[in-house]
Formats: sequence, C-alpha cells, structure tokens
Amino acid sequence: MNGRRSEQLLGYGLLTLGTLIALYPFASIAMLALTPGDQRTGGLGIPKTITFDNFVIAWTRGGFGQALWSSLIVAIAVVVGASLVSLLAAYAFQTMRFPGRGALLAILLVGLIMPYEGLIIPLYYLLDGMGLLNTYWALILPQIATSVSLGVLWMRQAFASVPHSLAEAASIDGASRWATLWRIFVPVSGPAIATLGTLLFLYTWNEFLMALVLVPQNPAVQTAPLALSFFAGSTRNFDPTVTAAAAVTVALPILVVYVIFQRRFITGITAGAVKE
Amino acid sequence: MRTVNPHRPGRRRYDWGAYLYLVPAFAFYLVFLLRPVLESVWISLFEWNGITASTWVGTQNLVDVLTSTEIWRAVGHSLVFIVFYAVIPTVLALVFIGVISRFRVRGLAFFRAALFVPYILSTVVVAIAWRWIFAEGGPLNAVLRGVGLGGFARAWLGDFDTALPSVGVIGTWVMFGLAFVLFVSGLQSIPGDLFEAARIDGAGPVREFFAVTLPGLRGEIQVALVLMITAALRNFDIVWNTTSGGPGTSTTVPSYYIYREAFVTHHVGRASAIAVMLTVIIFVAVGLTMRLTRDPEAGDR
Repeated sequence: MNGRRSEQLLGYGLLTLGTLIALYPFASIAMLALTPGDQRTGGLGIPKTITFDNFVIAWTRGGFGQALWSSLIVAIAVVVGASLVSLLAAYAFQTMRFPGRGALLAILLVGLIMPYEGLIIPLYYLLDGMGLLNTYWALILPQIATSVSLGVLWMRQAFASVPHSLAEAASIDGASRWATLWRIFVPVSGPAIATLGTLLFLYTWNEFLMALVLVPQNPAVQTAPLALSFFAGSTRNFDPTVTAAAAVTVALPILVVYVIFQRRFITGITAGAVKE
Repeated sequence: MRTVNPHRPGRRRYDWGAYLYLVPAFAFYLVFLLRPVLESVWISLFEWNGITASTWVGTQNLVDVLTSTEIWRAVGHSLVFIVFYAVIPTVLALVFIGVISRFRVRGLAFFRAALFVPYILSTVVVAIAWRWIFAEGGPLNAVLRGVGLGGFARAWLGDFDTALPSVGVIGTWVMFGLAFVLFVSGLQSIPGDLFEAARIDGAGPVREFFAVTLPGLRGEIQVALVLMITAALRNFDIVWNTTSGGPGTSTTVPSYYIYREAFVTHHVGRASAIAVMLTVIIFVAVGLTMRLTRDPEAGDR
C-alpha cells in the first residue's frame, strides 16, 4: 500500500512539474507584456502595475490585425481546398479499382516526409513565373499540395470504416457514385473530416518558412508568424515588453481555438500519426 | 447479402472513372510538390544567381557542399539537435509513462492538454518566449542569481558555449508534449490484462515497464521518433528566430544555409545542392528509424 502511495505521489509530482514547465514560457511573456515599458522587471518579476499599452503599441506598429486576418484566410482556404481534393482522391482509392493504384499511393507517401526545404527554391521561381509571389495564392496553392498526402491517407482510413451496407443501400436506391460520396461517405465521416480540418488549420496557421520565402515583400498578405518574426527582429534590442505583447497577440487566437477543440487536436495528432 | 457491392466490381473490370476523382489532388501534388523536388536536383547542377543565365557545372555544387567544413559543421549541429529534439523527449516521456501506468491518474485529460501546449504554439512565439527566458536580464538568470549561482548567469543564446544546447532545450520543451501525448494514447490501447498478468507474476515496476509498457508502445515510439528526428534535422524556424545561426557559426543548420544561399547571397545552385543533401539525409534517417524500431515479430519485409 505504501509503495502505491509513493508511486502516485511521484506521478502527480511529475505531471505537475511538467505542466508548470510547459506553461511557464507563455506565462512569462504574458507577464512581461503587461509590464509598463519603463518598469524593470528584474527577470522573474511579476509586474507591480499592469498596463495594456504594450498591446496597443504592438497592434498599431506591427499591423497584427491584418496579419491575423491573412493567416485566417490562408488557413481556411488550405483547409477547404485540401480537404476537398483529398476526400475525392481518397474515395477513388478506397472504393474503386484502377491500374496504378498502389504506385500512386506510394508516391503520396513521399509527401509525408518531404521537408519543405527540398522544394522551396523551385517553388519560389515557379510562383514568381506565375506572377503569384507576394499574394495569398503563393501560400495557399503549395500548402494544399503539401497537405494532400496526409489528407488522402487520413480520409481513406475514414472511408474504410463506412459500413458496406450503407453504400449498398444507396446504390440499390439508384444513387450515382458521385451522389453516394456526398450523401453517404461524407456525412458518415463528418468527425474525421473535422479532425483533419483542425490539424491542417494548425499546421497552416503556424507555417513559417513558406511565408518567409513566398510573401516577404507584401505586408498585406503576410501571416501572423511572419509578421511577428519581422516585428521582433526590428525591435529586438530596445522593446522587450512590446515584442512580448506582439507574441501574446499572435498566440492567443490559436490558444483559444485549442482550448475549445483540444480533444480534436490531440486525437488528430495521435490518430493521424499512428495511422501512417 | 443480396447483391454484389457495386463499388467492388468483378475482378477483371477497372473503374476508369477513378482518375477523375484523383486529378485535382494529384494536380496540386505534381505541380507544387513533386516537380519542385525534382527541379531542386536539376538546379543543383548549375551555377545560378537567380536572375541572369545559369552555367552548367554538373555535380560541382554537390561536391563543394559535401567537402565543405561549414556544411558538415551544420550537419553536426543537427545531430546534436536529434539528441535534444528526439532522444531526450522520448526518454523523459517514457519515464512519465512508466510512472503513470502504475495507477489511474485523475485529471489525465487536463495534464495531457497542458503538456501539449508547447507543440501547438507558433515556432516564432516559442522563439520569442525563450529568447526572453534565456536573456541576460531574463527569468533563468534571475533564478540563478536568486539561488547564489549568479556566476553562471549569461546571455545563454549569445554565448558560444551555451547557444547550441540552449536552442536544443527549446526543442526538448516543444517535443516532449508530442511524445507524451502519443505515448498516452498508446498506453490506453495496451490491454489491461497484460498489466494484471505481469503483476500476478510478481513483476516490479521496472520489470513491468520493460515487459509490457515498452513493447506495447513500439508503434507510437516509432512515429514519435520519425516526427521528432525530422523536426530536428530541419529545424529552421527556431534557429532563425533565436540565434540566426550565431554567435559565429555555433548554431548553424543546413536549412539555415539553404535559405541564406538561395535568398540572401543568391547562390541558388549551391543552395539547391544543400537542399538535395538535406532531403537525402532526412529520408535516410527516417528509413533507419523505421528499420530500427520495426516490429520484430512482423518478420522481414
């Protein structure tokens, strides 16, 4: 009995310590952001007085309203586009027989591991040639492509668990293949599609390298992480409290979404990863 | 069981209509992923400043890159990052799992969600938070001074000796949550009677961990290692937003050179050669990881 008690103590101790370490860095910049710029915090310092001035300065100087809006547009476009093309392809892979099926699936696997660094240079010149650099398209089109691998494999898995009897019933009723997809497969796979969407949203929202390379010169389409990186780079030496406020501003929307949907995030990451 | 499933037609019949469903996905995949990947290889065979005409140099760029001490130094840093981004988080998460598998944890969902927060934050936010923690006047030094270890206080990311491990610690912090979340879900899928059997056999916590928990998590460990090793080898975001490779070259990584050579100094051929090299390294690393962690009972494939 004694052994069990000490095991529990150790377990909760570890989990609590881990949680504090996981949450501390964000908490510390949140405190820093609330500290008046002329007040020295002495490192750990919990601010003596609280101000929201830093947020106002960061918001107006950094253009984060526009940046968050751009992030939202890009993320939603990628989620919708990638989910749509993925579920069409997954439907074919799961329910139809055609030559080259195995080879095409194998080719898709490449995209799961492919580092963006391996394609970013030609991508830059391709989009430049299309006249799309520094537009939303420069972020949307490539990220649909990089989401297709996960999307197709994920949706194939979801479609595999759609009961045969349902699909049969639809075809007996005379539904076409197209109609069966939309009336049976998609509605039944609703939760899986929602999880995929959450996952793609998170990845797209946080993507940094693509934004840095593909939309460096147009503040009007720069996503929040890129705007934050530029902002922090230019104020690095003299305004830590304003930089912290900017970082908190950029982090808050995703944190709020996470708190609401955390179960979906976590099942998405675990199931998505293990199903590979 | 009335009719044949119309979606599983007879053996000989092909569904040519399938390609219509595949076209949109593969169009994106081909134009914006596969083609650029192959083009990287092609560009690496030229000397090109990105604007004027390029000159064919064959494998010269690749040879230059493979014989460059600067690049190998960066690869060496990546290997150090594998320890911080993959090995340490895996071991730590396994310790956590070993302990919490011994009893029913209340509030596990809360702990899991909290420990996962670092992984969902934007890497730029992460970099800014840790820049502050590691700063000369930041919390870490305040703690050191508070406990009388002020002699160790320094600008952690600006010091030649500590910059690399400091960036590594950030990686450990980010990746631990991923490993933990994956392992918890693996733990929940291990049948409870396996634990009971081990306990009836009188296995202690350590024996039980190595006999039941660890083998039960093989698949999750494999996935976690693949994701974390890939992140360690790429690692552009955090390096770029904390140290930019400095001080000196003490935290450079291949992806840093790819970006710099391609978009700052305009040696596009050389940058592509590094990109090809990094891609090969990542694929080899993933292959090795899969092999080393494959199911011993699944036999050879």
